[in-house]
Parts: sequence; C-alpha cells; structure tokens
Amino acid sequence: MPDLSLNDLDDHVRSVLEEIARLSTIDELVEREPTLLGKRSELQQLQRSLGSLELDERKTAGAAIQEARRTLEDALAKKRAVLAKDERAKALERDRLDLGDVVVTNVVLPLSTGHEGAITLTQRALEDVFVGMGFTVSEGPEVESDWYNFEALNIPPAHPARGLWDTFYVDLGSPETVLLRTHTSPTQVRLMESAVSQNALPIHSVMPGRCYRRDTPDARHLSTFHQIEGLVVDRGITFGDLAGIIETFTKAYFGPAIESRLRPGYFPFTEPSAEFEITCTICGGKGCRTCSQTGWIELGGCGMLDPAVLLAVGIDPDEWGGFAFGFGIDRCAQMRHEIGDLRALIENDARFLRQFS
Amino acid sequence: MNISRSWLETFLDLPESVEELRGVMDDLGLVVEGMRVVGEGLESVVVARVDEVHAIEGADRIRRVIVEAGTGPLTIVCGAMNFDVGNRVPLAPVGAVLPGDFVISERKMKGVVSNGMLCSARELQLSDDHVGLMILDNLTDAAPGTPLVEALAISPDVIFEISVEGNRPDAWSIEGVARDIAARLGRTIRTVPIATPNDKQLTNDVASAAISTPSLCGRLTVSVLENVEVGPSPHWVVERLTSAGMRSINNVVDASNFVMLELGQPTHAYDARNVAKHHLGVRSARPGEVLVTLDGVERPLAQPGRGLGDTGDDCVIVDGDDHVLSLAGIMGGASSEISDDTTTVLFESAFFEPMTVARSTKRHGLRTEGSNRFERGVDPTLALRAVGRFVHILQESSPQLRWLKDPLDVMGDLPSRPEITIAPGDVEKLLGTAIPSEQVVGLLRAINFDVREKQHHLYVTPSTARLDIRDGVLGRADVIEEIARLYGYGRLERHTPTWPEPGSLNARQRFRRLLRSAVVGLGWNEAWTPTLGNDADFELLSPAKARVRITNPLAADESVLRSSMIVGLLHAWSKNLERGEGDVALFEVGVVFEHPADALRQRLVRGGAGGHEQLSLPPENERLTALLGRASDDASTAVASWEVLARRLGLLDVVVRSLNESPDGFHPTRSAVLEDRGSGAVLGYLGEVDPALVQHVAGDSARRVALIDLDLDVLSNSAQALRQSHQVVVPSRYPSALMDLAFVVPNAINAQDLRFVLATSDPHVEDVQLFDTYRDDNLGADVRSLAYAVRLSANDRTLSDDDVARLRERLLASAQQLGAVLR
Repeated sequence: MPDLSLNDLDDHVRSVLEEIARLSTIDELVEREPTLLGKRSELQQLQRSLGSLELDERKTAGAAIQEARRTLEDALAKKRAVLAKDERAKALERDRLDLGDVVVTNVVLPLSTGHEGAITLTQRALEDVFVGMGFTVSEGPEVESDWYNFEALNIPPAHPARGLWDTFYVDLGSPETVLLRTHTSPTQVRLMESAVSQNALPIHSVMPGRCYRRDTPDARHLSTFHQIEGLVVDRGITFGDLAGIIETFTKAYFGPAIESRLRPGYFPFTEPSAEFEITCTICGGKGCRTCSQTGWIELGGCGMLDPAVLLAVGIDPDEWGGFAFGFGIDRCAQMRHEIGDLRALIENDARFLRQFS
Repeated sequence: MNISRSWLETFLDLPESVEELRGVMDDLGLVVEGMRVVGEGLESVVVARVDEVHAIEGADRIRRVIVEAGTGPLTIVCGAMNFDVGNRVPLAPVGAVLPGDFVISERKMKGVVSNGMLCSARELQLSDDHVGLMILDNLTDAAPGTPLVEALAISPDVIFEISVEGNRPDAWSIEGVARDIAARLGRTIRTVPIATPNDKQLTNDVASAAISTPSLCGRLTVSVLENVEVGPSPHWVVERLTSAGMRSINNVVDASNFVMLELGQPTHAYDARNVAKHHLGVRSARPGEVLVTLDGVERPLAQPGRGLGDTGDDCVIVDGDDHVLSLAGIMGGASSEISDDTTTVLFESAFFEPMTVARSTKRHGLRTEGSNRFERGVDPTLALRAVGRFVHILQESSPQLRWLKDPLDVMGDLPSRPEITIAPGDVEKLLGTAIPSEQVVGLLRAINFDVREKQHHLYVTPSTARLDIRDGVLGRADVIEEIARLYGYGRLERHTPTWPEPGSLNARQRFRRLLRSAVVGLGWNEAWTPTLGNDADFELLSPAKARVRITNPLAADESVLRSSMIVGLLHAWSKNLERGEGDVALFEVGVVFEHPADALRQRLVRGGAGGHEQLSLPPENERLTALLGRASDDASTAVASWEVLARRLGLLDVVVRSLNESPDGFHPTRSAVLEDRGSGAVLGYLGEVDPALVQHVAGDSARRVALIDLDLDVLSNSAQALRQSHQVVVPSRYPSALMDLAFVVPNAINAQDLRFVLATSDPHVEDVQLFDTYRDDNLGADVRSLAYAVRLSANDRTLSDDDVARLRERLLASAQQLGAVLR
C-alpha cells in the first residue's frame, strides 16, 4: 500500500507546494523534481495503486490525481522560470564590466589580417573602372514601392513583363505595392527625379546594389544578388555611344583581348534594347562548354532610355536622351575567381573567406 | 518556342548551314537558347508488333515481351508499362546504335535474355516524352520490321529553342519568324495553302455570334464545320506538333494547335451539340459564375485577385443560354470539348484584349499556349485566314468535312493603328548611324509595315502583327528599334562619348572603403549573411519590435526582413565553429530594416497603381556589425578594437559609455554605447553578445563573443561623428614631464570622462592614458581606483618642477570637480 491515500491528497498538494516555494536554486529544483512530481513521487505511487479500485471509483480518483498533478506542475514551471530569471540576473551581475574602464593598452589583440568579401572586391574594381570613365556612383533603398521598381520604368500593374521578375512582396500597404527591389533600376528613377527637381542634368552614374528575386537558389543564381547598372542622360546621346561605353568598359575591366557585342533584346524601360555579350573568358572566343560553343557569353542588358521612362520623371525626350545598362556583380565575381557554385558566397566558411585579397 | 528547321523551310529557303541560321536568328533578337538534332541515328530502329507480354518471376518493374519485327518472335525485357498486346512500338535490335552513341547489345535480366530494346520517344530523341514506350498507334498498317524512319517518314531535322521577347508578338509563330529571317536575308516568304468555305448553306442559318463587351474582344469569328470525322491526325501533322513540343490529341485539336504554331492565331473548337442555340457570345464573367476548364479544375470567375489593380475581370465565351463555355483565349471548358463522336464543330477564331487575358492568366495561375499569344496581342486580321488553314489541314483526315459559307464575323473595339512620323535625322539621332532612307523603307516594308514618304518624312503604320508598337514619340523609338534590328546592331557605328564632369565617389562611399580597409586590418573577415531571416530568431532578439514580413517567402525561415545583422553573423560564426573554424572574427556591412510602426521618422514613398499613393516604407539603416568570436575575444577586445578603429577613421572623441539598458542582442551588463563627445550622436554599440542568444544559436552560453555594431548613417556624417582637424600639432621639442595619478572614483563616473577632464584641464597637458583600474572593498562602496599616465609639455621650454607641481594641482582640482579623489 502507498503511504499516501486519496483522503490525504489535498494535504499532500499543500505540503509539496510549500516545498516548491522553498526551492532556492535551479540545481535544487532539478534534484527534487523526481521525488516531488516524477516517477518516485508519492503521487505516482498513488496513481499506480488505482488499479485495485472499481471502475467508477477509479475514474473519480484518477481525476483528482490529475488535478493535483496539474497544480503541482504549474507551480514547478513557475518556480523554474522565476529561478532561471533570478540566476540569470545574478550571473549577469557577477559578469558586470564597465567598458569605459577597459585599459586598452593591457588588451592583446590577435595579430592577423582579415579579408574583404568577393562581392566587395568585385564591386570596387567595377566602380573604379566606371569612375575612371567619368561616372559617379549612386545608391538607393532595397525596399521599394511598385512605382519605382516597375511603373515608372514603363511596367504597369499586371503587365506581362512583370512576370520577368519574380518579386518578393513585403507585407505592408495594399497588396503588391511594397517589394524588395528586383533590380537597381529604381535608383535610376530616383536619380533622374532628383536631377530634374534640382535642375542638375546631365547624369553619368553607375548604381551598384543588392537586389532580390524569388528564385530558388542554384549554382548560378542566388535569390539575393548584386547588380551594377549605369545611367547616362545627356544631350545628343546615341546607341553608338552606348555600344562605345560598353566596349570601353569591357576592355578596361576584362582586358584588351575581350570584346563586346550587342544583340536585340527586350526591356520595357529601354528602346532600342540590347543584350550585351563579351568574348568568352574561358576559351577566349574559340568555343567551349561554358559559352555553348558560341565563343560569347551574355553579361547583361542595355538600351536607349525609353521615352516613356523619361516622360514619367519629367524629362523632355526631344531635348534629352540617354542609355542604361546593367549586369551582375556576383557573376563577375564568379568569373574572376572561378567560383563553381555561387552558394559558396553565402556559406561564410572561414576557409573560403580567407582566400580573397 | 520550339521551331523546326523543316517547318521554317516551308516558308522560305534557308541558309544551308545550321550555325549560320542560328546566327541570323540570334542577331534578329530571336535568341536561340538551345538546338537539338532529331531523326538522326535511327536507321536501325524498326517497327515491332507486341504479341505477348509476360511477368518475370521475382521482378515487378520489368516484363518479358515477345515481339514480331519481321524476323520471327523475339524476346525483349522491358521496363515500360504503357503498352499492350497488339501495340506497335519502336524496336532497337541488338547491334543498333541509338542517338548519343548508345549501343544496343544482348543483355540478361533476371535470367531472361533480352534481344534489343523497345524505345521511348526520348530515347530516340524524337521528343521529350519518356513516360513509356513510343506507341505507334497511327502505324497499324506498317508491317513489322519496317524501318521506323520509313514508317514515320522521318528525315533529320533541327529544333531551335527560341526565346521570344516581350515586344515580339509576331515571333510566336513559324510564319512570323520566317518573315523576320526573310527580311534580313532579303528573301520573300511563301504563303501556305488555305481552304475556303465549301458548303452553300450560310453560317448565319445555323449559328449566331455576339460581342456584349466590345472592350474585351476586338473581333469574334465563328465558323460551322459539319460532317467532321474525329480521328487521328496525319503523321506529318503529329511530327510537326511533336517538334514544337506538343502532344497529339485528335485531328481537330491538332489542326487547331498546328495553326496556332504556324500562324500565331489560337483558335477553339466546340462540339456543337453542347453549345446551346449554336450561339457563341463574348461577355464579362459575373461574380458567382464557375467554369470547369479542360484541365478539370473548377474555377470561380470574376473574383478580384491579390494582384495590384486587379478588378477580377474575366472575359468568357457563353452559349445561347448564357452559360459560360470557356475562359476566352486561355482555356476551353470541359463541357463542350471535342470527343470521338463529334460531327459538328463550332469554331472560334478571335481577337481578345491583351491586358484582360494577361490579368486572368495571372489570377487563375493558368498559362497556356493560347494565353501566351493573346496577352501579347494576336494579329486581328488573321482570324479567318487561320480558319482557312485549319480547315485545309483537317480536310486531309476528314475529307467529307463541310465548311459553311460566310462565317460569322463580329467586330468589337480593335486597337487603333498608329501612324508614326520619322523625320529626317531621327534615325541617326537615336542610333548614331545614318541609314539611307530607301534602305529604311525597304527594311520596314519587309516586315509588313506600311510606309508613306512625303517631303523626306516617313509616315509608318506598323504591321497588324505588331501591336507592341506604340504611338507618337514612343512609337518612333519602337520603329527605330525595328530598323536597327533588321539592319543589324553589329553594323551600327560605335563611339565612346566623353563629358566634362569628372567621375568620383561621394564622401560616404569613400568613408565606407576606409572603414572596410580599417576593419580588415584588425583581422576581421567580411561575411554576407541573409537579409531574410527566421521569425523565431528575431522574436528572441527583439521581442518588442514589430517585424517586417515577406508576403510570399520562398521558405518559412526566410520570411522576415532583418532588423539586425547580429543573428545572421552568429549563425555564420556558429557554423564555422561546427567546422572547427570558430577562431574567427566576422563582419558585415549591410542594411537593416525597421517596421514603419516602430519608426521615429516615416519613410514616405510614392507608390500604388499610377503612383497615386504615399506608402510608408521600412526605414533602412546601413550598419557595420562585427562579431569577434576568437577564443580570446570578449568585451575588452571589442573596446580595444574600437579604439584602434576610431583612430584609423580619424574620429575626434568618442566615449565608450556603459548602459543601464543594453540594445537588443547585447550582453546586458557588458555593453556600452559609442557616443560622440562633441555632437552627442550615437555612433553604435559594443560589448558582448547576450549569452542567452549565444546559447540559442550555438548551444554554448559560456563562450564569450564580442560584438561591435556601428551605424554608418551616423558615422559617415562628419557633423555627427566629428573628425579630427586636418591641422596637425607639431610636438614640442622640449622633453615632456610624466606623472601617474591614481584616483578613487565613484562607479557612476565614466573613466573616459575623467580622462577628458584631465586632458582638457590645461593646454600643457599633452596626453592622458588610463593604465590601471583596481577594485577593492577597502576603497569604499561603489567606487574604484583609476590610474592615469599624464604627459605634460610646453612648446617654448622645459617645464620646471614648479610648473609641474602647479599643473598637478590643476589636474587634481579638475578631477575633484568630477568627484574623483586622489588616492
């Protein structure tokens, strides 16, 4: 027979509650828990003894034991939380350090060099080429409105062209109005708007930055990626100027042996539009697997600014013209460092990071 | 879109070389993304008849098949399950070499010898179909043993996989592609044969058509075809469809698909028995209406979707009882589908408004070959020519077919055709190359643009197949693009422009470069952690902050925009720890986001349809967060690193000040704010990571991880983060006097404040450095000892003992004012 009988249940609960209240450390709680509530507890023994009772009695008794168990469990959980908080507070207090008191000359810093990331290094090299060619560098926000990312770029709502960009939408405002920019082109719109309001045309600028597309990552694509775009708004700018800028950039960045060519393409914000390709850097144009035997690899897109884009920001397309181009920084980094799988860039493996200089 | 060379060749003579043709298409913007040779290497494959099929004991994935292929019964072991006795299938006998140099040899499986292989269409590279054997149902007459190439009349062909750009509605057809190639090569295209109505009865007598919503449908033609015999298509039709990646259904559906591929006009055939009053009407769907489409999905109509500006408008085809038969231009309904016993067909060939089709397609998630074409704009003049072509093709397999006279032709609102003016010089102004006017005219006419010349101006009306061409100044750019495309981008002159404005980085960009090079000098490595994070991590980090959520995340743990880089860096560090590479300091320069509800200052941005709304977007803050996780790193390392950094950045005076309330993620009793002494601006925080967070991410609360989190918006602003003067101080040539001063200082007094007070107490104080701190109960409650090394000097003399004594008193008096007592 168990020591505890059903009649004593209330008293028992009271006494265990008192004991729980007296617990002063987590260690103590952990040590006492089996005896108070667990396998070795009197409550558990009482439970086991129920088998000998009649069905009706057994039900009533079972319910009473369950009730008691719940009460004790609650009390124990609350006590545990109080003690944990208390112990954390004590531990933090023991740990306290006034950082103003740190004697800097006594601190020994490990002597080693760190490394900037592949994207940083590639972006810097690209920026330097463009700065040398007379461009400034512009930046803009990563969370954008549909207006800047799409509509001002001649892509109205529900336009099939919006399907070209798999967009992450942000749960703010009306549906599909707030989004993660899918390209750095919104920065172009902002730049043109501010140039118009400050009467500061012409524009010669590149805009590097982080973009997002809702694409499952693979060896050649990440859903977060980096782009650099260029924008020129000036008088008397032609498609021939665009081709010339692309060619100058290609030679300056990739080397004198690499050439560029333009082929018809489609972007809602440029007209005429083009894809630009460069001599395959793997085979030097002879044809290989990377370039599908064509000798060329596609780098990015470009074109003359569509008059609709100029009109949307209040620039007179008869007076001013211009062009835009864009391509992936990550892709350039992948080519330069021969990174087989782009996903290595977001793994942050120290053995990978230490190789960039 | 997949286009076979042989189909293209029915329209014009092509260059001999496939590579040359590919080059021409690429150069026209019909980019060839893939190329595939089919029908080669099939010489040894024969038609076989399946005579017996037996199970093999102990194998449930393969069966023993007896086939007849002209040489007597052959045993083959086969893994496909989609065939039965009597079917004709392709057999590659022993010794055959299949495409890809795959040699067939005798093989033994589960004790059964297989004398060859029965093939799927993909194994023969005839299509991508690989669900089972290629069943040659149409070849019931072919004698077993007949070479497959003979039975199917296969000749080697090349399939080009073309990516059609958004502004090329005309290129969604073989004919359109052919026209473009012809224009480039200076050739003309052949017209394909079409039928004309061959029955005297008027269509009007048996059918009717109406457009109730003219804005949704520009043209509706309805033809009636009687005595239709539904059956298999002629093999050449199947082959053409296969080359384009489509499956054969029956001769009626196949002919409809054929015409869509060839001419670009999607059409739809209805079984007339299931079309009440033989009437086809076009109207907007009404809320509450439901259509079961051919794919068996029940689709509620006229329900606005989540898409921006979506009104829920669905254009539907209804019958004489006003029941919805199909989602116009996208997919037919199951109820009026063509079946084997259909004899009378109502045939719809129409023009539907592109944006309506685009919105419905998106809303219903239902993209079809038809919707792809309608949403770009189908040539409205094509409707009846397409029916003629359809009937011509169908007649071959259904010779008794009667096409009733005068098909119904109802007009709605068609897009107007712009006339675009190209003034002399316009082409050169945009392209930078002068192209002679006659040549421009020739190029445009080759793609069916109407060109009128008057006083050196060109008045251009685009082809009806080019609804993408806009009006006015926009259309001028569109037309000049066509000229450039057909002329060849590669032939346009190149010129590198220059301008007087210099290229440069702005102050912030230069500062960012300096900052990165400085932290790299401290041995930190740059990481790139996710912008999109896990809700639970941010709940733990910042329970009080509202989170900015992504509506359509790719994965549940990438659903929240980060409000801090601490968690991402902690994960990156923890993973390195797991790899045994935990002795690493990581930093990231990136943007963190704040929910507008928590933001002190709103970021209001123009947005919404038409840009008519002001949206409150999450304010963005660029930060540098560094997590120093090397074995010896702790809060002191963070402080020392910061001191090095601050000097490298040329900051004037930044106080490391302890906090009563630490920022999210920081150790509550081992963190401090970096406060610019002059401006009071907060430049960032440093200390250690909260042990609870280290426990959560790395499962180890005992390991100290140092943390520095800097606000680049503030740091890069020299009005907030004050810089040292460019003017330098030439040190005195006279020896300095050194003295050490130890004070008993209340805990509430910041050691760096005391240092500052000492350093500024007299111009002769050259430098003050804290060199020791000491705590002891004997000193008193809530105080500690702080010892400073003070360096004194004068520019014009060596300081005398009296000078030094006087300065010492001054230093002590200044310290006294702050509550520090000499020990």
